[in-house]
Parts: sequence; C-alpha cells; structure tokens
Amino acid sequence: MEWLNAIVQGLLLGGLYAMLATGLSLVFGVMRLVNLAHGDLGLLAAFVALVIVGTTGIGPFASLLIVVPLMMGLGYVLQRVILNRTMEGGVLSSVLVTFGLAVVLQNGLLTIFTADSRGLDVGSLETASLQITDRLIVGWLPLITLGTAVVILVALQLMLDRTQLGRALRAASDDGEAARIVGIDNRHLFGLAMAIALGTVAIGGVFLGIRTTFAPADGPALLIFAYEAVIIGGLGSLWGTLVGGIILGVSQTVGGQINPAYQILAGHLVFLAILLLRPEGLFPRPGVRQA
Amino acid sequence: MTTAAVPLARSFRVERGTTTSRITALVGLALLVMFATLPAWGSGGTMKLLVEVFTLLAMAQMWNLLAGYAGLVSIGQQAFVGVGAYGLYLFMDLGDLSPVPAIAAMAVGATVIALLTSLFAFRLRGGYFAIGTWVIAEVFRLVVSQVGALGAGTGVTIQSLVAMAPPDRLALTYWLAIGVGFGSIVVAALVVRSRLGLALRAVRDSEVSAASLGVGVTATKRMVYVIASVGCAIAGAVYYLQLLRIQPTAAFGVDWTVVMIFIVVIGGLGRIEGPIVGAIVFFALQEVLADYGSAYLVALGLVTIAIVLLAPRGLWGLIVARRPMALFAVERRLAFTRAADPDPMEAS
Repeated sequence: MEWLNAIVQGLLLGGLYAMLATGLSLVFGVMRLVNLAHGDLGLLAAFVALVIVGTTGIGPFASLLIVVPLMMGLGYVLQRVILNRTMEGGVLSSVLVTFGLAVVLQNGLLTIFTADSRGLDVGSLETASLQITDRLIVGWLPLITLGTAVVILVALQLMLDRTQLGRALRAASDDGEAARIVGIDNRHLFGLAMAIALGTVAIGGVFLGIRTTFAPADGPALLIFAYEAVIIGGLGSLWGTLVGGIILGVSQTVGGQINPAYQILAGHLVFLAILLLRPEGLFPRPGVRQA
Repeated sequence: MTTAAVPLARSFRVERGTTTSRITALVGLALLVMFATLPAWGSGGTMKLLVEVFTLLAMAQMWNLLAGYAGLVSIGQQAFVGVGAYGLYLFMDLGDLSPVPAIAAMAVGATVIALLTSLFAFRLRGGYFAIGTWVIAEVFRLVVSQVGALGAGTGVTIQSLVAMAPPDRLALTYWLAIGVGFGSIVVAALVVRSRLGLALRAVRDSEVSAASLGVGVTATKRMVYVIASVGCAIAGAVYYLQLLRIQPTAAFGVDWTVVMIFIVVIGGLGRIEGPIVGAIVFFALQEVLADYGSAYLVALGLVTIAIVLLAPRGLWGLIVARRPMALFAVERRLAFTRAADPDPMEAS
C-alpha cells in the first residue's frame, strides 16, 4: 500500500511539473527558444505572490488574479525588449542571454529576500485530504493542482486549435519564415507566446509555493524538473508534457519511498534512461526537432 | 586579350604565422619566465591569487573551445571540476600517489567519464543540450553525496596535502597553475589551427554543409567535448590543490560555469584572446566588487546580457574592430611570393 500511495502522490506531483513545463515547451515550439530563466521566473511569481499576500492580506489563490497578469506583462516586455533581439543570433545568444537573466533573477531575489525559505499559507486546505481506502489518502491540494494543470492544458489546446492567435502560433511553429511572409508579425506573436508561457509558469510557481517552502536558490531545480518533463514527454506535445510530468513525479516519489535521499536522483536517472533509449521522448509531435 | 597576360598559376604559399603572432610568442615566453620566477620575488598572497587566475583562465579557455568553436553551450562543466577535485582526493589519499601522478591518473579517468557523459548529452541539441549537461552535473553531485568513501554530503579534506609543508605545497600548486594556464592557451591554439579546428568551424557555421563536405560532425564535436572536459578537470584538480577541502555542493556547483561563461563572453567568444582579456577583467572586477556578494553577481549577469546583445564578439572584438590583429597564428592566409602581385587574399 505504501507503494501505491507513492505512485498516487507522484501522479499528483506530475500535475505541478506539467504546469511548470508547459510554458517552456510552448516557447520552444513557437520560437525555438530554450529559456534557461524559466525556473527562476516561476520562482519570481511565487515571491511576487508572497509580497501581495503580505501587503494586502488576500489569499495565495486570489493573488493569482494579480500575479498572472503581472507575469504575462513581464513576459511580453521581456520578449519584445530583450529576447527578440537574440533570435537573429541563433541558439548561442539566446542560451547565453537567458542564462544571464537566470543569474540576475536568482541573485536579485537573494538580495531582496535573503536565503531564507518562505511559504504561501492557504490554511486548513494544506492538510485537508480525501480518504479513499483506509490506507490510501489523497490530499485536496495536490488534487486541485493536477486539476488546474489539466484545465490549463485543455485551455491552451483549445486556444491553439480554435483561435486566430492559435493558428498564428502554429504557423510560426511549423515555419516561422513562411508565417512572416503571409503577414504574421513575429515580434508581437513571440511576445504573446512568452506572455502565455510566463502566465502558466506563474500559476505553477504559486502552487509550488503553497505546496512546499521555497528559497531564491530553487530556480534551477524548477527549470530542470520542467525540462525533464518536456524531454520525457516529447517535444511539441502538450499532453506529452503532462505525461512527462507525471512520469517524473512518480519516479521521484517511488525513488523517495526507497530512500528519501534518492528522490531527486531517481527522477534524473529515469530522464537519462529515456534520453538513451528514446531520445525523441514518449509522444513527440512529428516534425518538431531540437534547434 | 588582356586576361591572357595574367598568369593562371601564380606562385603562393599558405601562411599562418604573422609578425603579430611572432611578437605574441616572444611576449608570452617573457611572461612565462616572469610568472615562473615569481616565487623568488613575489608574495605568497600574489601566488595564491594567480593560482585562481590561471586555473579559471584554463577552465574558460576550455569552455570557449566548446561554445565558441564547437557551438556546444554546456552549463554542466562543473561536473568536470568536481571530477578533478574528487579524482585528486581519490588518487592522493586513497591511492597514495603524489600530486602530479594523481592528476595524470585522474585525467585518464576523466577521459572515460567524458566519453560516457557524451553518450547522453549528445542526444540533445542547442538549448536542450545546455540544460542536459546541467542535469548530468547534478547527477554527479547527488551520487557523490551518497558515497561514504567520498565523504558523502559533508565532503573530504585531502590529508596528504595537509601533511605537505605549506611553502612547498604553494610552490607546487603555483607552478602547476602556471602550467595549466599557459598550457590551456597552447592547447586551444593547437586545436583551432589543426584539421580538427577547421572541421569545428565548419560544423559551427553549418552542420549540413560540413557533413556534405565529409566532416564527421558528431565525432568532431565529441573530440572537442572530451578535450574541453578533461582540460577542465585538470584545472579543477589544480584549483583544489590550493583549496584542500572538497564539498559536493561547491565542487559540482553551477557557479563554476557562470564564471567560465562570464570570462569568455566578456572577453570575446570564439577567439583565443577572448578568455585572456575576460579573465583580466573578471579578476579586476572581483577585487573591487566582490564584497557586494549577490549584488555583484546581478551585475555580472547584466553585463553578460548586455555584451551578448550589443557586442557579441566581446571586448577583444571591440579592440580588433578598431585595429585588426590576431595574436595567435590560427588562421590560414595565402601569401603570394612575387612582389608585383596584388594584395594576398585572406582565407581562414
């Protein structure tokens, strides 16, 4: 029963990882940009929520109404002012600029908030749980997290399939040059893609902050978990990313069940195994390749 | 027909050396003599600082080979700093070797480890390669943190170095650091001017065209990855000769790569002169600003972003834009042997 419990907890944890990973995957799909500051930006959202909760007294969930638009705006501006300028310089310049940004964000947060661990408090919900059998207990918070992840993915999929913006994003993803020829303003479109990416990672960051404590040095870990979910799931596939997140989550909780010290390591090892055996990931979208 | 007057086969030869490169070699030799004799006239503090300067310069040169010449942006070279540090401990304290044989034995081990990690990392490309190498470094850290013989999470102190007389240890470490610093420049220059270097630049500029011309793309990249990783491990081992105390979080910390990237980017990516200029700037800034801690790192990050966007060839790029020169004879040019001929065409 302990093992079943570990698997169920991992499955729910996968929802959080999928939430963190979606934006990384989307931005890569649309503009072949691998944002190394993605994890630090998610963490920034958690700290912004912390400040809002501290100053206004509203709850962490309500703070999303402010945090998400703020992060979306930041994403649009970041893309238009800085990241679009790296698009011409190829992979090298975008990797170096986003890595520089990660260093700036991590140390900026450290300067403002010190190295202490913080948490976002949602009161009794944090411990509220659902008794399924006498040995299997599922927390409401992880359930809500997974549910939110699914809602985000469904909304993104509908947006990509049904809307004008979705068509433009898919066109840019298939062939950026051709999309520009038929009149799509890439710079604006890339800004919107980054806005959506930071909106989703902001939700992930706040849920992470509710689930566990967080500190300025945690950004790289978030980036790595998001990245592993994307690679395990396969590039360019939203639902693959959810499955990738769940596989990562289950690997971690099962590894942690063996020995708490193996939790993170088990996730990395499953990622490396998939890299060796099936480098395109489990559910790759045809035609999407690593830049 | 005027064209018939021009001889079709002009006599020429391929040259690499230039007056500047010969002057560089002489100045380099003079600097080497100056640094090598420094223990006789300099202070211990200067020697300790120079150990840091030269080992970080060597790591940066190796990172530049990877990113600047092979287009492989690794955020995981700290894996090999850690391999150097723990290899040193393994062969000195557990294997009972003296420092130089221990570093040589470690380098053999690091070659094997670099080949093995390349099997994973080379499945990834571009930005995903960058994060993948980072994950591999994290795996190294987490595994070492579990191994009791390597001190697990708390780390180890290299006892056989503690037993050495401090002045002897400092002198040895210092000379080895000079060796890796100057050695890294020589290795980088040799790699870049070799057949491998030409293949590298072809691959960096276009993998498809390079492959169509018969360049083995993956083999070329793997070769550079191994050279750069083993070079980084050797520099890491020399750095830890001075530090003595090895902790997994520090030895496998991403800060090593942050410093390598900063030195290369600010000095000039894809030029051998770049990391030299970058290392001078980095240590000058560190002397002045290191007290500001994390605010200093914020500044380093901002400078990196600004340089990539505004001056992608770094400070050395800005210098050569005003006055074209190459300190190292790594480019090939045609030299026409008859004085009446037009200016020699440049070919790289």
